[in-house]
Amino acid sequence: MDYTPHTEAEIQEMLRRVGAESLEDLFRHLPAEILNPPIDLPEPLPEWAVLEALRRLAAQNLPAPKAFLGGGVRSHHVPPVVQALASRGEFLTAYTPYQPEVSQGVLQATFEYQTMIAELTGLEVANASMYDGATALAEGVLLALRETGRMVVWVSQGVHPEYRAVLKAYLEAVGAELRVLPLEGGRTPSLPVPEAVGAVVGQNPNYLGALEDLAPLAEAAHRAGALFVAVADPLSLGVLKPPGAYGADIAVGDGQSLGLPMGYGGPHFGYLATKKAFVRQLPGRLVSETVDAEGKRGFILTLQAREQYIRRAKAKSNITTNAQLTALMGAMYLAALGPEGLREVALRGVALAHRLHDLLLEVPGVEPFTPKPFFHEFALRLPKAPEAVRAALAARGLHAATPVPREYGENLALFAATELHQEEDLLALRKALEEVLA
Amino acid sequence: MSYPLIFERSRPGRRGLKLVKEVPRAEDLIPKAFLREAPPRLPEVDELTLVRHYTGLSRRQVGVDTTFYPLGSCTMKYNPKLHEEAARLFADLHPYQDPKTAQGALALMWELGEYLKALTGMDAITLQPAAGAHGELTGILVIRAYHEDRGEGKTRRLVLVPDSAHGSNPATASMAGYQVKEVPSGPDGEVDLEALKRELGPHVAAIMLTNPNTLGLFERRILEISRLAKEAGVQLYYDGANLNAILGWARPGDMGFDVVHLNLHKTFTVPHGGGGPGSGPVGVKAHLAPYLPVPLVARGEEGFYLDVDRPKSIGRVKSFYGNFLALVRAWAYIRTLGLPGLKKAAALSVLNARYLKELLKEKGYRVPYDGPCMHEFVAQPPAGFRALDLAKGLLELGFHPPTVYFPLIVKEALMVEPTETESKETLEAFAEAMGELLQKPKEWLENAPYTTPVRRLDELRANKYPKLTFFDR
Repeated sequence: MDYTPHTEAEIQEMLRRVGAESLEDLFRHLPAEILNPPIDLPEPLPEWAVLEALRRLAAQNLPAPKAFLGGGVRSHHVPPVVQALASRGEFLTAYTPYQPEVSQGVLQATFEYQTMIAELTGLEVANASMYDGATALAEGVLLALRETGRMVVWVSQGVHPEYRAVLKAYLEAVGAELRVLPLEGGRTPSLPVPEAVGAVVGQNPNYLGALEDLAPLAEAAHRAGALFVAVADPLSLGVLKPPGAYGADIAVGDGQSLGLPMGYGGPHFGYLATKKAFVRQLPGRLVSETVDAEGKRGFILTLQAREQYIRRAKAKSNITTNAQLTALMGAMYLAALGPEGLREVALRGVALAHRLHDLLLEVPGVEPFTPKPFFHEFALRLPKAPEAVRAALAARGLHAATPVPREYGENLALFAATELHQEEDLLALRKALEEVLA
Repeated sequence: MSYPLIFERSRPGRRGLKLVKEVPRAEDLIPKAFLREAPPRLPEVDELTLVRHYTGLSRRQVGVDTTFYPLGSCTMKYNPKLHEEAARLFADLHPYQDPKTAQGALALMWELGEYLKALTGMDAITLQPAAGAHGELTGILVIRAYHEDRGEGKTRRLVLVPDSAHGSNPATASMAGYQVKEVPSGPDGEVDLEALKRELGPHVAAIMLTNPNTLGLFERRILEISRLAKEAGVQLYYDGANLNAILGWARPGDMGFDVVHLNLHKTFTVPHGGGGPGSGPVGVKAHLAPYLPVPLVARGEEGFYLDVDRPKSIGRVKSFYGNFLALVRAWAYIRTLGLPGLKKAAALSVLNARYLKELLKEKGYRVPYDGPCMHEFVAQPPAGFRALDLAKGLLELGFHPPTVYFPLIVKEALMVEPTETESKETLEAFAEAMGELLQKPKEWLENAPYTTPVRRLDELRANKYPKLTFFDR
């Protein structure tokens, strides 16, 4: 099997034309020592057999379409209208819109996406997406360090531990220093920020799900001349105060909650929004409105001197491929729901999460951990190791209890609820947890 | 008429999807201080308006599904439809579900890792990076950690990059905290070996190369380059953007490369999606394996698991395990083609490029480095023609143009990569169009395109007065 259209006669004719005798001949100028290495791969399969093999692999998974697992990814409704529109071949099989005259679809959709992210975050500009929330955070912090010319970063322990791990790897590379602000009572304390600090990072709702008032921390950052970077779930911004309103200079997050499949962790997309003043420090792509030769409105990639293919070693980032298609899905989701629909989905999850919290606390041995109010998830202290609880629940067909790293405390697990869950789902989880902990 | 923005189609109170039956009151759940004062100005449209809007946008966009897309160094080959169905089989998995309930997904990752190791000649692999450039960063961080571990982190501060390299290479080295030095290409378009020798030494951390290079030429002296690198203690990095040309025929590992990144969205048919998401696994030789990011998929007595216990690891470069649904597509591609199919694909990508090169030469185009090209080649228009105008003229004739003005070492460069999934008649029609352009009056070319959704756009205005959101007045 392959996807090439050539007939044998055509191949022969083309070979003659280029002066080669055979396909092997096309590689004759490569060093003989490295040509035709032995490579062990399975035999090719016909299309139906590939699908059958994949279905066999898929059958070894227990899918989690209504998971109660939190930790940066949650089960949400993936609207078929979004899936259908994003699957159109023109969107799916296009490349970076370097030729704007035939790329107005992607360019305009991206301009609309940028607008929606700016609206959600209460900031002025957004780039055309990053790989995911964690790398968006790293790029956002690097932006802050470029802008302030400083090399120290303070990050709240309320920021997702995997995001912090990615941030650490990126910062070590440029020799910047990272300090973690431990949570107190599940929230970030506000401390005076020293002048050497270039960026302070908080997350709301934080990793444990709690809502935090980050305004005092943002103020402390600004007093020291540092920029404040907020990590925020974009779905939460349907109801919560936007980062721009509590003093964030940069907002980042992951778009999975905007109707994207969980996909075992990816691909999702990261968003990165900031103030217009910092636009020339932004990594990645930006789309601007402009006019064409006839004065007609059109869209084009802009400020490309920030980018690797123009500025090379002096670029703001090395990002080339981003997450255009998944960001497009996020924008379609936002447009499909509108402000009211988004608010409803966000609020429904909050109500269900609080209901689930109270139900699970009825189970003997379970203790609260995340302070109220929280968003769509919360942490509980379990009387057993969370990995074991998660496994025992999975054996009952339920996906719940994301193990929380030990840095936050012993035997902690995250539970989440979203618009997908009904009262009977919550009751079923309580019952199962009771059995598992009995 | 301008195509309306979704915001211009919006009407207050119009509704699309309604996902919630009973809507709780915000004030009952969340203290006022946490609530936003005004709703975000998102569009308010019904579902049909939404469908027409995005369907209309899609018709203002070309992709491989609609148009020949010979974008050099970007490998725009056909994306099999099977893969979309394959990915859907794994959409409902949560990254934090009990690994025992995700054995199929872990097995797929493990198997894909084995296939990619076999195809690249590497000993260990991470599937975590989200794109080629992200893989580059990962690879360079791994190299950095290795040098530091050996006590040479402070001395090896330089990364060498050929002048024909992708822009992401120098940008990556710079993001990883390195100084970057360009190495010139020789008159034959390959790395100037003498120049490289002069630069090599105990202050160099890595050389970043792609082979075939961005002129579409195979670096024939690669074994000598890797020997020199090894002698100088320098790590050799392989940019996998051009692997399509040699897949199955030759392996970076056998050429002496220490690190390889792959672009699953180029070589292994994961759709580019208007610029992403991609996937950029990184393979390394055994001496670099301890530094790979965590977690790695491992195989134990009780099945597959995620190994995080790797004390020398550079940490994490992305959340979770990478762009998993891209991995599913790459797995399907490899299983469909097997080694014979992959080798045929690579050979036909080379044959298509060489055939098209001959056709274009016949039409009057020059090929400044006319060695045996691999899957792509760089052409120049005859004197008096601008690459940009030819690109715009091609749009009028219904083709997506090649990459223009890259690599930087060729003036008015047209970098053509037909890929193996295009037919002989498509290549011939494209060459005809390229020939036709040279017959057009100068004014026609300078004003093309004419019938595209928009005509030439004012880029200077966008740069000087960027308008980046609808509400930005």
